[in-house]
Amino acid sequence: MGDPRTHLHVRRLSKRFGVIRAVTDVDLEVRRGSIHAIVGENGAGKSTLGKIVAGAVRPSAGEVRVDGRPLLARSPRDALRLGIGTISQEFALMPTRTVVDNVFLGTERARAGIVRRGELRARFEALRSRLGFALDADALVEGLSVPDCQKVEIMRALARDASLIVMDEPTAGLSAHDTERFVEVVKELAEAGTTVVFISHYLAEVLALADVVTVMRDGRVVRTAPTSEETPDSLITAMLGRPLDTAFPPRTPPRPDAPVRLSVRGLTRAGAFEGVSLSVRAGEIVGLAGLVGCGRSEIARAICGADQPDAGEIEIDGCRVDPHCPRDAIRHGLVMLPESRKEDGLMLGRSIVENVTLPHLASLARLTLIRRSAEERTARESMDRIGVDASDLRRHADTLSGGNQQKLLFARWLMEPPRVLIADEPTRGIDVGAKHAIYELILALAERGMGVVMISSELEEVVALCHRVLVVRDGRIAQEIGGADASVDGVLRTAFSVRVPAEATAA
Amino acid sequence: MSANAATIDVGGRLRGHARQLVAWRDSGIVVAFVVLFVVLSVSSDVFLTKTNLLHILDQQSGILIMAAAGTLVLIAGGFDLAIGATFALSGVVAAKLAVDISPWLALTAGMGTGLAVGLANGLLTTVGRVNSLIGTLATGFIIRGLAPIVTAGAIITVSGASAPDFQTLGNGHLLGVKYTIWVMAAFVGAMWLVLSRTTLGRYIYAAGANPEAARLAGVRVAAVRTGTFVLSGLAAGLAGVMAASTVATGQPGAGAGIEFTVIAGIVVGGTSIMGGQGAVWRSVLGVLFIALIDNGFTLLGLDPIYQRMAQGAIILLAVSIDAWGRDSR
Repeated sequence: MGDPRTHLHVRRLSKRFGVIRAVTDVDLEVRRGSIHAIVGENGAGKSTLGKIVAGAVRPSAGEVRVDGRPLLARSPRDALRLGIGTISQEFALMPTRTVVDNVFLGTERARAGIVRRGELRARFEALRSRLGFALDADALVEGLSVPDCQKVEIMRALARDASLIVMDEPTAGLSAHDTERFVEVVKELAEAGTTVVFISHYLAEVLALADVVTVMRDGRVVRTAPTSEETPDSLITAMLGRPLDTAFPPRTPPRPDAPVRLSVRGLTRAGAFEGVSLSVRAGEIVGLAGLVGCGRSEIARAICGADQPDAGEIEIDGCRVDPHCPRDAIRHGLVMLPESRKEDGLMLGRSIVENVTLPHLASLARLTLIRRSAEERTARESMDRIGVDASDLRRHADTLSGGNQQKLLFARWLMEPPRVLIADEPTRGIDVGAKHAIYELILALAERGMGVVMISSELEEVVALCHRVLVVRDGRIAQEIGGADASVDGVLRTAFSVRVPAEATAA
Repeated sequence: MSANAATIDVGGRLRGHARQLVAWRDSGIVVAFVVLFVVLSVSSDVFLTKTNLLHILDQQSGILIMAAAGTLVLIAGGFDLAIGATFALSGVVAAKLAVDISPWLALTAGMGTGLAVGLANGLLTTVGRVNSLIGTLATGFIIRGLAPIVTAGAIITVSGASAPDFQTLGNGHLLGVKYTIWVMAAFVGAMWLVLSRTTLGRYIYAAGANPEAARLAGVRVAAVRTGTFVLSGLAAGLAGVMAASTVATGQPGAGAGIEFTVIAGIVVGGTSIMGGQGAVWRSVLGVLFIALIDNGFTLLGLDPIYQRMAQGAIILLAVSIDAWGRDSR
């Protein structure tokens, strides 16, 4: 085990969860001060590998050596003492404490047990300016958006001065601007000698950032190679075991005489958005683009009754609806795929079939008694249409990969096809193969006459899929761009422009 | 309930050998119950007799009724600590009306009292947004205080013309089995049906498993939770009336601490205190398991000093398995 340049050495590592093999016979050698990326589809075992290294999961077989010594981390705390930090995909934050408290949790320096708040504040400011994050130190974490939670998680890992940091999808949910800054910081860290294990779906990011990339498939390592020898196509082929058509599927324009499905006029919710008007025709996909936090998700939530707007009108197929609760909206054929699947979408501890049929139980019951064979049959049909593996409907939803969880939500809402579908970040945290399937699904739904509103931080997909793109800035619709004219550049320019009248919006 | 902590870091927690532990929890109460039953059958001559077993069921009928409904409350994400006081108030209301007016009206009014208390608790904890643990603790105190006001501080003894009818529910027999057991079986069966077969049952699981996701999927979470409290109140009312009928008295101090026995039975059965998981049959086994321990102590002549300790240890074990099942890696 001679090479002193090896910081992390994983040998013949395996991990089983019951009968499921998450990781099988993995060998990995990570050099000190390098950025080592791990890519693979959802369920390929990347996150499990990361968690084992970070001490959060214990391996079934094999060993992990850090600095040549076997790692006997039994808990994240042990790992931390050995200089291993984590940025986790699933936030482990204390919702009722402030941002500062969360960032320095476990590393507070105290005098006689009294935390030195002034010093913490100074450290926080230093960290924040280094990262360039806009984040209020005294805000409570429970009030933060998903991207802001991600920032807290990142700052916490950096505050711990770890010599090895495992980053699992650290940029999921960050805006383009914050991602750019974060990538710079990761590079600085590596130059200063910190070793980074970087798990990500964003291949462009991986190729730009990492020195070495390991591709995993079905729990095994396919290959490890210097990043300079890889291209997005070569990585995708290795991840999937086959080449993938990475081009976006073609969109069909809505018929010129297509009726208006959804019409929103003057929708306002104080502090979130103001005077939002939009319409979606049958067969049309309308994109809501803009920076994270610009109000696009809030607009979606208000349209489908999750939050109450202060003013405005909503019509579906020409009938005024103004939903007061999601139940109202669903009855009128207006459904939403929420931004965060786990918090707002799924019941992770309940079975797949229960998750799919929850909104449709009334039509599957006779005198409120659920007809279970009919329930299973319709759930299975819906899942087959979406293309989720439905071998065992009694399994809990949390046994599915992220991509399949998202498809499960599609299966839920397409069991009785709605008239309008609002999809908020439908491809977040999903691997390339599943993404492509979801693009095709959305296009097929529109073709069958549904009106679709799509929100996404990945501008390429908004630009490629949507017939029209509405750019949201500071809670207002700043500009409407026709699909043919839309470009990532154009959308970004509008999204970022800071109230410069005339030229910016006209450009 | 720290719903926030649960939603932020619920992630991929229930995985791996945690799943095996959950499987153990799933079958644990069945195994434990069967083992205890066999041990008692072998070690005591009296245990496996019709008289003893029916006696246990009769003794536990009120607890089983409240535990069946309480299971629904827990799964939907709530707690009902007011059932002990509701039990007492319903009993004294029934006894009072039996003396003053008519025995059949008395039984109905007693159950109606429980239902009304349940509705109040449900609205308080959903529309009123009061934490159900604290809210029902407080309403429990209030209701416990109302009971002696109804009886003017005394114990009401039902005697005279109305007494035979009033006592029928608690003392009559059908096919050699007491009415209380038939009523218990019907009520528990109804709760099982509601939870495992009806749309309301699914909404109850959904409200506890992920309330926000349930709301966004069109479930009226507040109404569903209120419904579980109404059923729990009704159950306490029914149990209270049955107890009053059995002894032909209304006692304001009846059922003190009975809510803890009920929750212990539910939890020992394997229903999660975090909501979203559980079943009525589990609570039946849980309640009977604790009852068998008590019965065993009596039959085998063991020192009753250790009886409470044994109960405590078993409850601890049950909640530990629940906790490990949720959080183990």
